[in-house]
Amino acid sequence: MKLLFAFLSTATICFTGEAASVSDSIKTIRSVGPEGQGNTAAAKAWKSLAQANAAALPEILRAMRDSSPLSANWLRAAVDTIADRGGKLPQQALLDFIADQKQEPRARRLAFELIQKSNPKLADKLIPGLINDPSVELRRDAVAHVLEAGTAKQTSKQTQAAVKDFRKALDAARDIDQIQAATTALRQLNEKVDLPRHFGFLMHWNVIGPFDNTERKGFATVFPPEKKIDLSATYEGKSGKVEWSEFITADEYGMVDINKAYPGPGDGLKEVTAFAYTEYTAASTGPAQLRLGCKNAWKIWHNGQLVFSRDEYHRGIRIDQYQLDINLTKGRNTFLVKLCQNEQQQSWTKQWQFQLRVCDATGTAVLAADRPPTPETGTDNSGNNPTPGRRPRN
Amino acid sequence: MKNSLIALTFALGLTVHSEDWNQFRGPHGNGVSTDKNLPTTLQDDNLKWSIALPGRGLSGALVLGDHVIVTCSSGPTQSRLHVLALNAKDGSVAWHRQFWATGRTMCHDKTSVAAPTSCSDGKNIYAVFSSNDVICLDRAGNLQWLRGLTADYANVSNSLGMSSSPVVTGDTLVVQVENDSESYTLGLNKTNGLNRWRLDRPKAANWTSPVLLKSGLVALQSKTGIDAIRTEDGSNAWSYEDGASTIPSSAVLNGVLYIPSHGITALKLNDADAANTPKQLWQSGRLQPGTASPIVIGNKVFTTNRAGVLSSGNTKTGERGWQLRLKGPFSATPVAAGDYLYFVNEAGLMQIVDTTAEEGEITGKLDLGEQVLGSPAVGSGALYVRSNSKLYKVAK
Repeated sequence: MKLLFAFLSTATICFTGEAASVSDSIKTIRSVGPEGQGNTAAAKAWKSLAQANAAALPEILRAMRDSSPLSANWLRAAVDTIADRGGKLPQQALLDFIADQKQEPRARRLAFELIQKSNPKLADKLIPGLINDPSVELRRDAVAHVLEAGTAKQTSKQTQAAVKDFRKALDAARDIDQIQAATTALRQLNEKVDLPRHFGFLMHWNVIGPFDNTERKGFATVFPPEKKIDLSATYEGKSGKVEWSEFITADEYGMVDINKAYPGPGDGLKEVTAFAYTEYTAASTGPAQLRLGCKNAWKIWHNGQLVFSRDEYHRGIRIDQYQLDINLTKGRNTFLVKLCQNEQQQSWTKQWQFQLRVCDATGTAVLAADRPPTPETGTDNSGNNPTPGRRPRN
Repeated sequence: MKNSLIALTFALGLTVHSEDWNQFRGPHGNGVSTDKNLPTTLQDDNLKWSIALPGRGLSGALVLGDHVIVTCSSGPTQSRLHVLALNAKDGSVAWHRQFWATGRTMCHDKTSVAAPTSCSDGKNIYAVFSSNDVICLDRAGNLQWLRGLTADYANVSNSLGMSSSPVVTGDTLVVQVENDSESYTLGLNKTNGLNRWRLDRPKAANWTSPVLLKSGLVALQSKTGIDAIRTEDGSNAWSYEDGASTIPSSAVLNGVLYIPSHGITALKLNDADAANTPKQLWQSGRLQPGTASPIVIGNKVFTTNRAGVLSSGNTKTGERGWQLRLKGPFSATPVAAGDYLYFVNEAGLMQIVDTTAEEGEITGKLDLGEQVLGSPAVGSGALYVRSNSKLYKVAK
C-alpha cells in the first residue's frame, strides 16, 4: 500500500501535474532571501522539484537566469538529483539551452556537463565553438584546446601558426592561469603581450599621504580626500603637510605600490594611510565590475559613493580578490581608493599596495574610451620630486 | 577506558551510530575511536583502495554507515563545491552533489576551499566550506537547506582561507566564522538553517574548531582563550581568558579540556555546575602543539610540534614523559584507537605509534605518496585518508 501510494504520487508529479508543480516549486525556490529566509518553503518545494523527470531540466536551468546565487544553488541541486536518477535527457533542448547565450552562464555550463556525461563525443564537438562564450567556464575548455594546439605547433616548429593559436587563446582567456600560459608561450616566441590592457588595469593615479593609522584607527577616520577631491589641496598628514602627486605604475599586473610614493625608513612606513585617485572615461552607461587585489585594509569609492570596505591586513593578495558590482556612468567616472598600512613588522607585512581593474562580469576588460598607451616606466622608488597632482586618465 | 567512552557518549547525547565518524576528530571530537580492528602494523596490502576525487581538499572524511562522505573544491578559483558519498566497500560513488561558491574562494596555496570537515547528526550532513557556504543534505544526498554566510555578512572571510569545522548538538549547528574583519560564531537551526543566534567574536583570524563539552555546550577557542557557549541561546556559560592558539583546537576527554594555551592547559570541567569556570589542573609549556591538535589516550596527552616530535604528558600533572621523533611535518591531527596513534605527515607518510612502549614505538609505516593535510577518519576497521586528489582506505 505504501509503495503503491509512493508510485501514484510520483506518477502524478511526473505525468499529470509536472508543469504546474515545477513552475510553482521554482517560484518558491527563487524567493529564498538572506539569512535563510524562505528556506523552509524552499525545502518543501525542492523535494517536489527533485521528483520531476528529466524533461523538466531545461525549465529548471532557465530559472537560474537572474536568480540569486543561493537560489541558483537550490536549483542546481535539483538538476543534479534529477540527472543522477537517470532517465532520458532532453538532449536537443539542452543543446538549445547551451546555444542561448542570454541564459545564466553557469547554468549553460551545467547543461554542457549533462551532455558531456551522457554523450562525451557530442560535447567535444561543441567545445571549439565556445571560445568566445560569455560563460567563462564554457570558454575555458575551448581555450585549453587552442593552447594545446599551439603547443603542438610550437613543438613542430610551426612558429607563425603557434603564435596565431596562442594569440587566439590569450584573447579569449579569462582565467588567470590560462592568460599566463598564453603569455608565457607568446613571449617565448618573442611576441609582445600587453597584460595591463588585456586585464584593464588602471595604471595612472594621483596619490596623497601619509595620513595617520596609529592603532589602526585611520580606517574609520574620515580624512579630507574622503569628503572632497581637490588635487591642488594641501592637508595636514601624519608627519607634516601632504599634497597630491602623480603616480604611474608600469607593473604588468597593475600593482600600485604606495611604498614607492612614500618609501619611508627601513621596510617602509607603518601605521599610515594613503589615498589613490583616478578618473576613467566610460564609453557608455551600464553595469561593470571593479576587481581589486589588496592585502591592506581598504575602502573604495566610485563617483563619490562608497562601494565596499574591508579591514583585513596581510592575509594575502590575488588578482580579482574582490569583485564589486558598479554602474558606470557614460563619460567621466572617478575612483578613490583608501589604503591603510598597519603596525606589523614581519617581512611579509611590508606591502602597501593594490591592483584595480574595470571589467564586465566575465572578467573581460572594459577599457576607458580614452585609455592611454600602457606606460613603459612607472613612478620610481626614490620618492623624490613627485609630479604635482593632475587629472589622471585610464 | 571503554566504560568512560560509553559514559561520555551518553553524556554528550549523541544520536549517531556508535561506529559513525560524524565530525572533525570523530564522534567525541577528540580524535579517539572505539574501533578495535584497525591495523597496528602497515604493509602495502593494507591499502585497500584509493580513488580519484573531483577536486582538492583537506577536510576530513565522515564515515556514516556504509558511506564515506568527502568534500572537495575544484576549478581555477576553487569555486565549484562538491559533496560526495562513496561506498566504503570499494570507493564507488553513491551520490555526488555540486554547488557554486557564494563567498570568496581565495585562500593560501597550501589550504583549499574544502578545508572544514563536515559533521552529521546521523540524519543529515552539514558541509561547510571556506567560502562560508553551509549546505545541509540528507544521507541520500537530498538538499535540505543551504546558507551563504558571506552573502549574508559581506566581510565574513579570511584571505588565507577558513577552516573551522562545524559541530551539531541538540537542534543547533554551530559554525565558527571568525576572521580579522566581520567575525562571528553562528548557531543555526539545524532543521532550516535560520539563525538561532549570532555572536560577535574577536576580530582575529581563527582556524580552530568548536569542541562539544556536553550536549548543548560548546567551547569556542580564539586568541583570547575559551568561551563556553550554551547552544540553545548563544549565552556564555564561562570563559577561560588566558589566551589560546588559533590553529590547533582543544580536545576533551573524561571531563578534562586540554587547551592549546601556554603549551597545554588542562581544565577540569564542572559537570554539576556548568556556569562556573572550570578549575585549572595544570599548565605545561613543555607540551607545545604545532598545527595538529592535542589528543588523549588514557592517562597520557600527546602533542606534536612543528619539528615532528611527539611528546607525551601526564594527564594528571602535565609532566612531560617520553618523546619520539616522527617523520614530519604534520598538519593533520592524529587519531587514536586502543593504545595506538595514527599519524599521516604532510608528505603522505602514515605512521602508527604504540603508546604503551616505554619510549613510544613506531610499529608501521605506509607511504601514500601524496600531500595529506587532513585528519583521518575511522570506521568499521578502516582508516580513510584524503589527499588533494585521492581518498585512501587503509585496513587490515
